[in-house]
Amino acid sequence: MKFMQLMAGALSLGLASAAYADGHEPVKVGFIYVGPIGDGGWTYQHDQGRLAVEAEFGDRVETVYQELVPEGADAERAITQMALGGADIIFTTSFGYMDATNAVAAKFPDIKFEHATGYKREHPNVSTYDARFYEGRAVTGTLAGYMTETNKIGYIASFPIPEVIQGINSSFLHARKVNPDVEMVVTWAYTWFDPAKEADAARAMIDQGVDVILQHTDSTAPQAAAQEANANGGRVFTFGQASDMIQFARNDDGTPGPRIASIIDDWSPYYIERVGAVLDGTWEQQASWGGMPEGEVVIGEITEAVPAEAKAAAEEMIAAITAGDYHPFTGPINKQDGTPWLADGEVADDGTLLGMDFYVEGLTGEIPN
Amino acid sequence: MDLSAISPTLLIASLMVAATPILLAAIGEMVVEKAGVLNLGVEGMMIMGAICGFIIGVETGSPWLGFLAAALGGAVLALLFGVLTQVLLSNQVATGLALTLFGLGLSALLGQGYVGVKAQTLGRIDLGPLSDLPFVGRVVFGHDPIVYLSLALVVAVWAFLKFSRAGLILRAVGESHEAAHALGYHVRRVRLAAIAFGGACAGLGGAYLSLVRVPQWTEGMTAGAGWIALAIVVFASWRAGRVLVGAYLFGGITVLQLNLQTAGAKVPVELLSAAPYLVTILVLVLISRRAGRAGAAPADLGKPFHASA
Repeated sequence: MKFMQLMAGALSLGLASAAYADGHEPVKVGFIYVGPIGDGGWTYQHDQGRLAVEAEFGDRVETVYQELVPEGADAERAITQMALGGADIIFTTSFGYMDATNAVAAKFPDIKFEHATGYKREHPNVSTYDARFYEGRAVTGTLAGYMTETNKIGYIASFPIPEVIQGINSSFLHARKVNPDVEMVVTWAYTWFDPAKEADAARAMIDQGVDVILQHTDSTAPQAAAQEANANGGRVFTFGQASDMIQFARNDDGTPGPRIASIIDDWSPYYIERVGAVLDGTWEQQASWGGMPEGEVVIGEITEAVPAEAKAAAEEMIAAITAGDYHPFTGPINKQDGTPWLADGEVADDGTLLGMDFYVEGLTGEIPN
Repeated sequence: MDLSAISPTLLIASLMVAATPILLAAIGEMVVEKAGVLNLGVEGMMIMGAICGFIIGVETGSPWLGFLAAALGGAVLALLFGVLTQVLLSNQVATGLALTLFGLGLSALLGQGYVGVKAQTLGRIDLGPLSDLPFVGRVVFGHDPIVYLSLALVVAVWAFLKFSRAGLILRAVGESHEAAHALGYHVRRVRLAAIAFGGACAGLGGAYLSLVRVPQWTEGMTAGAGWIALAIVVFASWRAGRVLVGAYLFGGITVLQLNLQTAGAKVPVELLSAAPYLVTILVLVLISRRAGRAGAAPADLGKPFHASA
């Protein structure tokens, strides 16, 4: 009898604490990262967003993350594990997690999923979010056009997906605008993150006379390669990718370069908004695509290596894009084969941009399948 | 396509840099296999070398001490394999594979605080007027010291195996440990020494990645270089000269394919990316075939030895 009473007491106590926890339990926010949080680039910025969420909501949220999750089958396992671990909302922060995210979302209808840079929202609990990196590329492309002396600029591309092709086209168009003689070479690295390969790709470009390198891969290795070239008498400039990479703004001897500006992805506003929506129960499926006006794409400090004229042009463009007065894809623009894409004054629609699979006129080479 | 943009001088110079990590690891593994031991843990020892070299390089500010630590780190991990396989007679293939996994995991743990840190790198040597000569100045006299060390190591290993008494004993142990044992040689001791040497070489190769070629620390940064080194040893039919050819071929085509892409060659990118693997295997198979196949592999490769047997 006594034993039964004890049991009942314990049980009711357990129930009570469960009910208590239900009202006050912090919202658990999960992040899946493709690189290490110390990559100094893409993943680092997402992690800054995670920390911003913690700072904003304090003990109302709890965050967890897993880094270095390969795209593909392993991603599904990692996301599932996080879902089973009690996450309320999971941000999967790389394009290659698209199918895995949707597959796991089907199994956990009560958990919210947010997939970065993808386009598949197969279930009501999946949102996608992206940033208009091409707006930033318009600025760095402008700077590249001014800075090159060899008239050869290089683009280290990762995978042939719309986001990367937008970046290539936007950089090239704006470099050409200020420098009609500029040529752009594109090297496909087929990786988001492989420092040795990125360094080799940058070196191959530098060896062939490329003097401004734009990268769409995540490590700082190309910056280090450019710094090495500058230490050996070169004149090579780079841009920070995803993160500021300001530590490369000086050469070893203290002169300015190789990094002259950067495109910074600031995910904090978006993450705070979406976690906030989960907290007050207003979360709904959406496809978000913010850019400079929303503060998601930010241009890092333009260093003194850039002449005043070029800096002014870049700043003017930042202002115009931020104010919504200028769209980087404004006609007239022809496709690579010379067929018209946008008429004079016409602005690209988001649908075309999200499926972009063609180069603009003037670019050489083919996009791999 | 503008192939004239590719400068042969710079191409050869950068292929030597790209090939050096693989060359170092492969020449070490060749000695191990010549002694009759199959160590599949090259990748693990390389990455241990990469992190040990990087940590010491950052903490002391001296890349030389970094390389020393890398060689030690690689050798210590290799000796773990040595004790397990030579003393405790565990299976060499399984132990080697485990060593790779262990090295990858341990290096990630050790490297936690070193992501995004900058290390002092080794500069190119400066031989004054010699380094200013056209072509040879850059290709022959314009590298960092480790490139020369790796080439010297190839010559040393070749001479050691071919001309020295110790090299003959090492080969005897690899060809027939029973006979070597009967003659009074310490099979286990010779093998342990070879394993440690192989580990040290792999460690140097790894550190070359983290301290010179990239130069920074990233988890898993060897990205399969150890496996390439293993394959090169086999396809080079255990000859030092061919190991050099294989490593430079692989490094060369890796660099060449990036250069061809940059120059806008009209070749599918997928094919270019696969080319280093395909061409290296093809060429080494062809030269091995022509040189005759009999007895290329050490006869007792991978077989366990116990003195009582």
